[in-house]
Amino acid sequence: MKNYDLVVVGGGPAGMAAAVAAFDAGVKNILIIERDTKLGGVLNQCVHNGFGLTRFKENLAGPEYAEKFSDEVEKRDIDVMLSTMVLEVGADKTVTAMNSEYGVFTLKPMAIILAMGCRERSKGALNIAGARSAGIYSAGTAQRYVNIEGYLPGKNVVILGSGDIGLIMARRMTLEGAKVHAVCEIMPFSSGLKRNIVQCLDDFGIPLYLNHTIVDIQGKERVTGVTIAEVNPVDKKPIKGTEIHFDCDTVLFSVGLIPENELTKNAGIPMSPRTKGAIVNQYRETDVEGIFACGNVLHVHDLVDFASEEAEIAGRSAYEYISGKLNKEKTVNLINGANIGYVLPQKITVPSGDVKVFFRVTNVFKNVTFKVKDGDEVVISKKKLTVAPGEMETIVLKSDLLSANKSGNITIELEAQND
Amino acid sequence: MTEKLLTCVECPRGCQITVTLDDGKVVSVVGNFCPRGKVYAENECVNPKRVVTSTMNSDIGVLVPVRTDKPVLKANIFDVMKKINATTCKTPIKLGDVIIANIDGDANLIASKTVK
Amino acid sequence: MYDILVIGGGVVGGMILRELSRFNAKICLLEKESDVAMGASRANSGISHAGFDAKEGSLKAKFNVLGASMMPKVTEELGVKYKNNGSIVVGFNDEDMETLQGLYERGLKNGVKGLKIIDQQELRTLEPNISDDAVGALFATTAGIVCPYELAIASIGNAMDNGAELKLNFEVDKIETGEYFTVTSKDGQVVKAKYIVNSAGIYSDKIAGLIGDNSFKIGARKGEYILLDKESGNFVNHTLFFCPTKKGKGILVSQTVDNNIILGPTATEQDDKDDVTTTADGLNDVIASANKLCKKVPVFNSITSFAGLRAYSDRHDFIIEKSALNDKFYNVAGIESPGLTSAPAIGDFIANEVAKDLNLNKKDNFNPTRKADYFFKNLTNEEKNAVIKKIPEYGKIVCRCESITLGEILRAIRENPKATTVDGIKRRTRAGMGRCQGGFCQPVIVSVLAKELGIPYEQVTKSGKGSEINVGRTK
Repeated sequence: MKNYDLVVVGGGPAGMAAAVAAFDAGVKNILIIERDTKLGGVLNQCVHNGFGLTRFKENLAGPEYAEKFSDEVEKRDIDVMLSTMVLEVGADKTVTAMNSEYGVFTLKPMAIILAMGCRERSKGALNIAGARSAGIYSAGTAQRYVNIEGYLPGKNVVILGSGDIGLIMARRMTLEGAKVHAVCEIMPFSSGLKRNIVQCLDDFGIPLYLNHTIVDIQGKERVTGVTIAEVNPVDKKPIKGTEIHFDCDTVLFSVGLIPENELTKNAGIPMSPRTKGAIVNQYRETDVEGIFACGNVLHVHDLVDFASEEAEIAGRSAYEYISGKLNKEKTVNLINGANIGYVLPQKITVPSGDVKVFFRVTNVFKNVTFKVKDGDEVVISKKKLTVAPGEMETIVLKSDLLSANKSGNITIELEAQND
Repeated sequence: MTEKLLTCVECPRGCQITVTLDDGKVVSVVGNFCPRGKVYAENECVNPKRVVTSTMNSDIGVLVPVRTDKPVLKANIFDVMKKINATTCKTPIKLGDVIIANIDGDANLIASKTVK
Repeated sequence: MYDILVIGGGVVGGMILRELSRFNAKICLLEKESDVAMGASRANSGISHAGFDAKEGSLKAKFNVLGASMMPKVTEELGVKYKNNGSIVVGFNDEDMETLQGLYERGLKNGVKGLKIIDQQELRTLEPNISDDAVGALFATTAGIVCPYELAIASIGNAMDNGAELKLNFEVDKIETGEYFTVTSKDGQVVKAKYIVNSAGIYSDKIAGLIGDNSFKIGARKGEYILLDKESGNFVNHTLFFCPTKKGKGILVSQTVDNNIILGPTATEQDDKDDVTTTADGLNDVIASANKLCKKVPVFNSITSFAGLRAYSDRHDFIIEKSALNDKFYNVAGIESPGLTSAPAIGDFIANEVAKDLNLNKKDNFNPTRKADYFFKNLTNEEKNAVIKKIPEYGKIVCRCESITLGEILRAIRENPKATTVDGIKRRTRAGMGRCQGGFCQPVIVSVLAKELGIPYEQVTKSGKGSEINVGRTK
């Protein structure tokens, strides 16, 4: 087997963007390993539009966005191995993979980029009472059945969780002839994008039950109905007497995405319990030198453009690493302060250029002020009208601000004004 | 004068737009981040439109992802779906190829993927 | 005409069939479901008990101790995962410790080896996550864990490889007695046999009733479980029990052979013998009890919850006997815990009894092994490459959570007893049993099943008729 300078694990949008950026920066021997039969990852089944507005200034469907990147990969001398599963990544920068053609084989590149994406949280994680009959799917699985296989998993649907995939599938199944009776969300707000509430639910008169969850699923062979109930907003326990029953044959779960980090964890790469991805610096380099991570395996993005952007950072940085140019003199830790769920990167090595920091808030707030602190000193203050956990926030930390850092820490916090 | 609150669906930013109407006519649009928001808000009050995305059968059995290249009248979404479902597209087909011209008004249905 | 019919394809019926297949006889297994191992064998704790629980002199005690000693060899022959992890019954006060002393003594009388009373310090060394309130324990080194449906499937597969037949979707509706038995299914199929072994689990009283034998009643006891991700697989090392009470062994916390952690079961007696739904109360009970046994049980790492029904008889011991009404009709009923452990011994006992009655000879060419390239992921890289070279499908991973290959899935469909449903594949290969619960691999498995079975995609079921995964084409 050929020797590669860089192996990219995963050929979804992040993996492709990382490989292209690394190639353009100067890495010449690149291999993308993809488990599916084609490049593109989950975008292949996301036939809805809304992709690429920042990058391409166009409102693209998922497969279009994927094709734009796979075209770029094809144009370059980047090797792609499809239908190949990476079994193990070693901290010594080894990649062990398997396919039908070569069997099990091990590569030892100079750098590795992890771009395995994420998976859906399954119903099993919720311990919801009731039947385990046919008709219970995660929204992404239903999406694959409808958009790739061409089959309808059910005709009368109730959806738990108002994540974007759930909302998108509410519309998609409606368009294909199913009746979506309800979307219920245990939180007091939707975790999906506002536009999806409008164009996927409101447009079709699908009710959204906030502060509700499923308390029972009925049916022996196939689902025959579900019961939902309102929850106490504090302890999330169902409130007796608020039950609503729906006759349905299908229940979809859209209850969150989790970065798929088995390879990362097995490699012994330190993880963040907040992002459920690796801890990285601004180069998207993990605590193991030369192993980078980007896209949804690092933290779940709501926009593919952000994932691509992050992947390009990882790609370019992999080149810098391979050519020995990553200069790290001092480390500044980024800390999520009050009302902030996570920040990414979690550390910045100085000297650096300007660093764009991504973060999520913990709740829905109005009239907020974001504060960036060096120790106790506020160095940036930024106001915003409304924020929600479903929407990623960004803030740019200037190079001089970073090199002037005194405390060794930068904290980002949110101050919410009382209404 | 009446005010209408809208969430723009043009992009994931989801701007909260306030439209002021006078006798059904748009007087002002506030809250949009970009010009597309203004157009959206104006349309939404008079003639709501949406891009339709779906899949279509093809002569080789695989589904081809498709979308309209412009928003179509919201009221006509299911008619557009009917036309999509009644059609089988020929392969090979290239991304952006028009499969059904003028599927609704001046909107065409295009392939959102190359299928060889 | 069959020599022997076995009714009920759980682990007990399976082990009986397997032991019968050692003899020159025409044998057949009747199962009402779309697959074998669909009753109590589908959802139980998977423990090979040491044998100190059952009262000395009981059938439970006899078959438990015998079965436990057979388990390592049987599982090795059948290529079924078994781990001798040892079990620990935890005491929380002086009264418990007295009970444990009693169990220890009973164990000695039952012939159980490797029993030991341990103190708090030793307990904490063995199980760092044990509750701070635990004061001591009974440690049984001979106990183990085994996957119940795997053992059932493998024993039936092995029997079939040795000539036994299997009829699925055969719900016995009528049994006519006479010179021989005439057995009619609900949908009108008829088979005849000289001898019947009734191992129909929670329905064994109904089956016995078909020949007029109403000498026992079988009740259904629901047990709810929660399964934790293998990421938490080392939360405990042994099988941890509370001190047993009249209601049974209570909720346990154990490793499984597949490196998950299992919590459960509850024990709720119910009239409906088909209701395997989980309940909010039941699941809460499981969590609360597990948290009494251990500190900070990682319930957040739960990947699924499920319920199964265990049969219990009104005689409070196993019923393993000829029917008083017909000496060619064996009842093997009320096989509650330690039924799984006892199954190999019960199989051996019944097969030899029946063989004596029918004067059967042993086959010269009985093959006790079920060829094991099963746990593909456990092979060395060299071994994997040798398999992939021969069968390239083994190089293609379908279930990423459990690393299950297309080769293994095809094998599950082609090999005895053949999988015909998505759940059937899951039980044979573990595809879909991991943390994503089939989210990624199910559509692929459906298409492999459709192709292999030669049926339309939308006719593929989760678990038999009525459980179709899709309702039709979108367009």
